[in-house]
Amino acid sequence: MSVTHVPTVIIGAGHAGLAMSRRLTERSIQHVVLERGEVANSWRTERWDSLRLLTPNWQCQLPGMGYSGDDPDGFMTMPDVADFITDYAATISAPVYTGTTVTRVSARDRGYLVETDRGHWTCDIVVIASGGSNIANVPGTAAGVPAAIAQVTTTAYRSPNDLDDRAVLVVGASATGVQLADEVSRSGRPVTISVGEHVRMPRSYRGRDVFWWMHQTGILDEGLDDVDDLVRARHLPSPQLIGTPEHRSIDLNTLTDRGVEVVGRLGLISDGVARFSGSLANVCKLADLKMTRMLERFDEWAKAVDIADLGPPTRFDATRVPPAARLDIDLVENDIGTIIWATGFRPDYSWLDVPVLDHKGRIRHDGGVTDAPGLYVTGLNVLRRRRSSYINGAERDSEELSALVERHLHLHTTTPVSHPSLDTRQRLHQASDR
Amino acid sequence: MTDIKTPVDNGVNTDALLGAREALTGAPDAAEFTWTAHCSWVDGTFSQTTVDGFSGLGQEHHHRTAYSFDADHPECFASEDRGATPPEILLAALASCLTAGVASVAQHREIQLRSVVATVEGKMNVLGILGADPDIRNGFSDITVRFDIDADASADDVEALVAQSQKRSAVYDIVTNPTRVAVEVG
Repeated sequence: MSVTHVPTVIIGAGHAGLAMSRRLTERSIQHVVLERGEVANSWRTERWDSLRLLTPNWQCQLPGMGYSGDDPDGFMTMPDVADFITDYAATISAPVYTGTTVTRVSARDRGYLVETDRGHWTCDIVVIASGGSNIANVPGTAAGVPAAIAQVTTTAYRSPNDLDDRAVLVVGASATGVQLADEVSRSGRPVTISVGEHVRMPRSYRGRDVFWWMHQTGILDEGLDDVDDLVRARHLPSPQLIGTPEHRSIDLNTLTDRGVEVVGRLGLISDGVARFSGSLANVCKLADLKMTRMLERFDEWAKAVDIADLGPPTRFDATRVPPAARLDIDLVENDIGTIIWATGFRPDYSWLDVPVLDHKGRIRHDGGVTDAPGLYVTGLNVLRRRRSSYINGAERDSEELSALVERHLHLHTTTPVSHPSLDTRQRLHQASDR
Repeated sequence: MTDIKTPVDNGVNTDALLGAREALTGAPDAAEFTWTAHCSWVDGTFSQTTVDGFSGLGQEHHHRTAYSFDADHPECFASEDRGATPPEILLAALASCLTAGVASVAQHREIQLRSVVATVEGKMNVLGILGADPDIRNGFSDITVRFDIDADASADDVEALVAQSQKRSAVYDIVTNPTRVAVEVG
């Protein structure tokens, strides 16, 4: 295999990797972006059909390109997102090598060796932008699910049409869990949703989208020092929101109104019986209290800035917790045909041969800077600020991380950083010749 | 009124707890604790349980002194009532765990507590333990905890305190979630 040297290798051509590419180009730092599939691969291949972004179009702002369509308040479908990111890659002339799977990254001579199925690179800097959602989590207790019941993760789920006609148990009440419970319920199948700790949010408040509020009030820009509990913030389930043309809200009450049965967090499944936690009332209470605190913060801010056309402050009904929520469900007796595991994701770093992982297999980092000199990570939840969890977070994260990359190159290598970058088409051509 | 704020003191060293969280995050093996209780039958339904040693932080520990719990059944169950019933001991464990949590969370949130009283009720139909009705479980059908809290905080903040204490409580978790229990004969 060929070995090429390049100062910086970015792994992953999603929004985060491409934003980083743009920043490095701005700083005239030579680099390549390695992508196992196509640009925006996960958005194309690992999302269900009806999914739209949680964030409004106006917030799809990356360095050098923003949303330019005619529906700034709308929500992109997944094909829209894939097109947006593909357009972005072309607009910024990102030096992307598609169809190039990284098989190993290891330390080598004060830099790194990046091995792929299509040639190897040596480099001073590696920026990992392969995303935090590579592998769907499935709890170990899934082993106790009777064989007659189908199990599907949210990376494999596409639409209710793929399920048989029996009842469905959705495990998890993040944005994903509530959206799928809603969608499957609308298909006519009986649905039960298992609910642990969750984040409740109205789609809009006082006539504005909740992301407008979080943007305006500075919540999205809260940095690592502002966040009270960083471990919690990084592992919070995504907020119970859905992007629809109608801008409707979704929460446990709207699901209950649809006839969805709400039960507690899944404890374990044994002998065909799923057992659920008795803590449902408390997780709902916590979510209600947190939502109300956020609305109070919005109102306080609004009072200070005096915006004329806002609606009046309102409060939402408390979550209606079923007083006798079931604690165990015999899956076969209750005719459950499918369990949808909406139980989160974890990143895949099986190819990363640098000792920067913690005991749970996550990269230890401080705002994207790892312990290994020259190794950075981006595109993770609350990487440098709350906004990091969303596409738009890449705008400032990439600005700041690229400054650190440049500094590292100045201090620790002889790589000239003010170097005219090669013609991108030429590189893509080279890639296709391999 | 004065501008000088008396420091909040609920007698909980939250700095030490937060320090421990920080230290143990980097040394997850040390965070593995094992708690142990020894129970000896005396006679009838009367037994005595002692707790003394436990392990954690990579070493063995002892309580400052051994503590013991007397358990028995009441006279209406034809016993001599020489101690609390085991389910009552469980209610005591739940209440004291949540109460410790309220104090800790209040300290962390700088809320001064003046009094905290928890009343716990567990509903149980004893036809279950008597084996008289297979549809009735042995354990509690419902547990209710009622907190009366006097503190320098709004009603919402007090509710949030209590909610957070449930979220961080070992016994609340044990009671609300299924736990694998292996009972062996040695």
